[in-house]
Order: sequence, then C-alpha cells, then structure tokens
Amino acid sequence: MSTLSSPAQTRPGPMVNAVDATVTVTGLTRRFANGPAVLDGLDLHIAPGEFVALLGRSGSGKSTLLRMLSGLDPVTEGSVHRPDDVAVVFQESRLLPWRRVWQNVVLGQKKDDSVRARAEAVLQEVGLAHRSEAWPLTLSGGEAQRAALARALVREPDLLMLDEPFAALDALSRLRMQRLVAGLWQRHRCAVLLVTHDVDEAVLLADRAVVLESGRIRTDLAIPLDRPRRHTDPQFEQFRQTLLDALGVHDD
Amino acid sequence: MLKASQPTGIHTHGLSTDVLSGLLSRHGRLPRWRDIVRYVSPLALVALWQGSCSVGILSTHLVASPAQIVTTAWSLMRDGTLEANLGISLLRAVSGLSIALLVGMVLALISGLSRIGEDIVDAPLQIMRTLPVLALVPLFILWFGIGETPKVLLVALGATFPVYLNFHKGIRTVDPKLLEMAQTLGLSRGQTVRDVVLPAALPDLLVGVRYAVGVAWLMLVVAEQINAESGIGHMMMDAEDFLRTDIILVGLMVYGLLGLLSDNLVRGLETWLLAWRPLSPRRGENA
Ligand SMILES: Nc1ncnc2c1ncn2[C@@H]1O[C@H](COP(=O)(O)OP(=O)(O)OP(=O)(O)O)[C@@H](O)[C@H]1O
Ligand SMILES: [Mg+2]
Repeated sequence: MSTLSSPAQTRPGPMVNAVDATVTVTGLTRRFANGPAVLDGLDLHIAPGEFVALLGRSGSGKSTLLRMLSGLDPVTEGSVHRPDDVAVVFQESRLLPWRRVWQNVVLGQKKDDSVRARAEAVLQEVGLAHRSEAWPLTLSGGEAQRAALARALVREPDLLMLDEPFAALDALSRLRMQRLVAGLWQRHRCAVLLVTHDVDEAVLLADRAVVLESGRIRTDLAIPLDRPRRHTDPQFEQFRQTLLDALGVHDD
Repeated sequence: MLKASQPTGIHTHGLSTDVLSGLLSRHGRLPRWRDIVRYVSPLALVALWQGSCSVGILSTHLVASPAQIVTTAWSLMRDGTLEANLGISLLRAVSGLSIALLVGMVLALISGLSRIGEDIVDAPLQIMRTLPVLALVPLFILWFGIGETPKVLLVALGATFPVYLNFHKGIRTVDPKLLEMAQTLGLSRGQTVRDVVLPAALPDLLVGVRYAVGVAWLMLVVAEQINAESGIGHMMMDAEDFLRTDIILVGLMVYGLLGLLSDNLVRGLETWLLAWRPLSPRRGENA
C-alpha cells in the first residue's frame, strides 16, 4: 500500500474501516490555478473487490479524482491511500501504435519466457487472441478498448480504474464490453472504480454508485441486486430513477 | 535557400497521388488515359527539343540535343570519367550526410529530452538556421582550404538543420496521453524514452532526413562548382570552359537521378520503419 498525502494534512478525516479498505480518500481537495476547488474535501472508501460506479455531471471532477488516484497528479491537500498495483483504462485506448497488440499488453512487464504466453492468455480473455499480432491502428474502436482492458488486467491490479472506457463505442459494442467487464471482474475480483455518464451502465455493473457534485460525494447508493442483472427488473428501474434524480435529470 | 529546412509535412506528397489515383480508378477508364498523357507530354517535349536542335533553331552552344547527351553520357562512362567523378561526389555527400545525421540527432536528443539542454542547444541553432549556409563558403575556404574538408563540412552543416529541427519537433510533440499512459504503467524514464518518445519522433526524423538529403545535394553542387578538382560539379564547370553543353547536361541529369534515387531510398526506409502506419486508416471500422 502507498499513501500519498500532503505535507500538512488539513483534516484528519474519519479513519473508520480505512484499514481493510482498498482505497481510502480523505479530505481530498484540488484546485487549478487558484480557481474554485474542483474537489473540495472529498472522502471515499472502496472495499477490496468492490465495484464502484462514479457518476457526476461533465466537469464535476471525476477525471480529476481518477488522475489523483492513479498518481498522475500530485496530492496537495488531503490524503489518498491506495494499493501499489493499480491500472487505468482511459476513454481512448492509448495503445502505442508502433508496438504489436500483444507487446502493448505486456508493455513495462518483465521480459521473461512466459511474457508472450501471459499476453496471449489475457487477450484470449477479452476475445482478442486473433488480433495479437496486429498493429493497434488497424483495430476497431471496440477492439482497441479491449486491448487496453487486457493491458490493465495482465498486471493483476488490486484496483482497476476505468474512465468512461466505453463512451466512444457504438451501443452494441458497449453492451458487449459491459458484459465483458462484468465477467472479468467476477473472475479477477479486483476493486473497480468506473467513471461513467451512463446510469444504466452503473446500475448494471456496480455494487455501489456514487455521485460527485460540487467537489464531494453527495450521493452514495448501494445497489444490492443479484447478478446477472436485467434492465426489465422493476428494482433495476427504481435504482436507475434514484440515480437520475441524484444527477438532476427528471423524466416528466 | 534554407526554406527546405522548414518542418512541414512533405511526406503527404506521395500519399496524395495515391489518393488521387484511387479516386480516379473508381471512374473506369480515366486512370489509363491519365497515365498515357503523363508520359506523352514529356516525351513530346524531348522530341520537340531534338527536332529544334536538328533543324538548327536551338544552337548546340546553348543546349546540346538529347541524342548528343546520350552519346556523351555513354562515352563518359566508357572512359570512366563519369564513374570517377560520381564516386567522389557520392563519397562527399554520404560523409557530409552521416555527420549531419549524427550531429543533428544528438543535438535534438539533448534539447528534446531536457529543459537545460533545450536552453543551451536550441536557441543558438534556431538563430543559426536563419543564416544562409551558402554564404559561409568564402569563410569555409579560408578556414579549411580547398581540400575535401570544406566540401564535406558544407554538406554536413546544411543537412544538420533539417535533421535537428524535425527530430526535435518530433520529440517535443509526443502525444502527452501516451506519456501519461507510460507513467500509469510504471515505465521508467529510460523505458519511456525508448518505447514511447523515440518511436513517436521517428516519422518526423525521417521527414527531416528527406529534407537533409535534398539540402545535401544542393550544398554539394555549390561546393563542387566553386572549387574542386573532381566530382560531378567540377566536371560540369570544366565543360563550361570548352562550351560542352552536352557534358553540363549529363551532369545535371546525374544530379537529378541522384536526388530521385536518394529520395526513394529514404521513402523505402520510411515504409520499412513505419510499417505500423496503416496505408489506409480504418479506425472505428468494425472488423
Ligand atoms: N489541467 C487543468 N487545468 C485547469 N483546469 C482543469 C484541468 N483539468 C481539469 N480542469 C477543470 O476541472 C474541472 C473538472 O474536470 P474533470 O475533467 O475532472 O471533469 P469530469 O467530471 O471528468 O468531466 P467529464 O465528464 O466531462 O469528463 C473542469 O471544470 C475542468 O475545466
Ligand atoms: Mg472526464
């Protein structure tokens, strides 16, 4: 575990269940160039193996939170406690165009004899084994995202962060990817933080949906539905409605 | 003259003709017709040239006839004059280019990979690139005499700028998203440079190399015509004294061919090194 925290911790924050949590964020504040705080004393816990969906309006700071959790941006105020093995999948696949798909998957991994086999195995898992020798620029959008997912999974992270990974995909590919992620998560059992704009997606996949608003988690909704989940389930509809309300979207 | 060192994307040149012929082939017979016209018009010009020379409209003191050029080229090859001079010119171009590649790449790496390096290296080079390198010829002769050194150095100096400028730009404009990705994957600085930065800058480097090759020939022509005892340029200057326009035109053709060949060589290098770039991008298409 590594703890990123500011030199002068402004708030002690609640230390409840912080010990067994995979991620503990306490009093996290982030502002850009003395503007208003994008994150304003945010607290968040993620239990081991828990699937959390992070929702919020555009510009509410979801990506900012993810960047701080993944160590891309420094923590200047508050503290972030997270596992060492984290993996991130962004909206764009961010594959290196000059490396074959399988080489991208194991990029930065130790180059031992089994490295190729590991790449092939995880590509098999995401249904991309037949494209392992391909150049990334020849992949379709959905295939590229699956390759990015494979690259995250091969590291066997304790925490997997997904920043709108399916947003750029067509509806059909998105459905397929959601099913894929659900399956992968059940097998790997890592904690997942999924940023999404899609309320259906959140209810379909997550144990818990949190809504980020004015710099803090304002809504924290447990979704204790059995899996696999169906859109037609009346309870599904209920959770969906609750989340839409929390996001300030109302059906008339 | 140093216009050639501006880092603009000439590599689209080859692509656009491909796109054009692709478009045309959809409209049936059009491409074949175009191909014919393409060859007909230059051939007609050569015929016209030959005709005017034969009839006497064009004085051979001004321009030799195509037939004369071919015969002269043949005899120059038979007595070995052409090969000897060509060898010397090639050697100068290759040595100058090698120095330019080495120096340009090292400087670009220094200024591209570190802030301090950029402060030290980039400013002087940006100032120097605006100087017309050919204006240095008198100074070079003063410094290095009339041997091989000033010629090779002139080629090297001229060709260094396009290599440096394009490679530096390539290193500096690596997609920050890929760099972030490298960071989240836990790549070390060395790994990031090797796996992300350098491959990303390679296309720009190759554009620079192509410019550099063009500039190198230009430099060589000037260097060999001002003072030399050998080389294609010298052969041409010698011919001037005897009003041998045929030899001058043979030299011109050799320069032209050399330019064409070297450009194709770099293009071949591009196709080989940048195999990961799909010829027709099909992103977002479903497989
Ligand atoms: N590097 C930056 N410099 C200045 N402002 C920034 C920077 N990055 C983000 N912001 C601002 O922070 C706010 C939150 O941005 P963020 O990208 O986290 O939003 P988001 O919730 O991910 O939105 P979206 O759903 O549209 O992706 C925005 O107002 C944005 O303009
Ligand atoms: Mg975002």
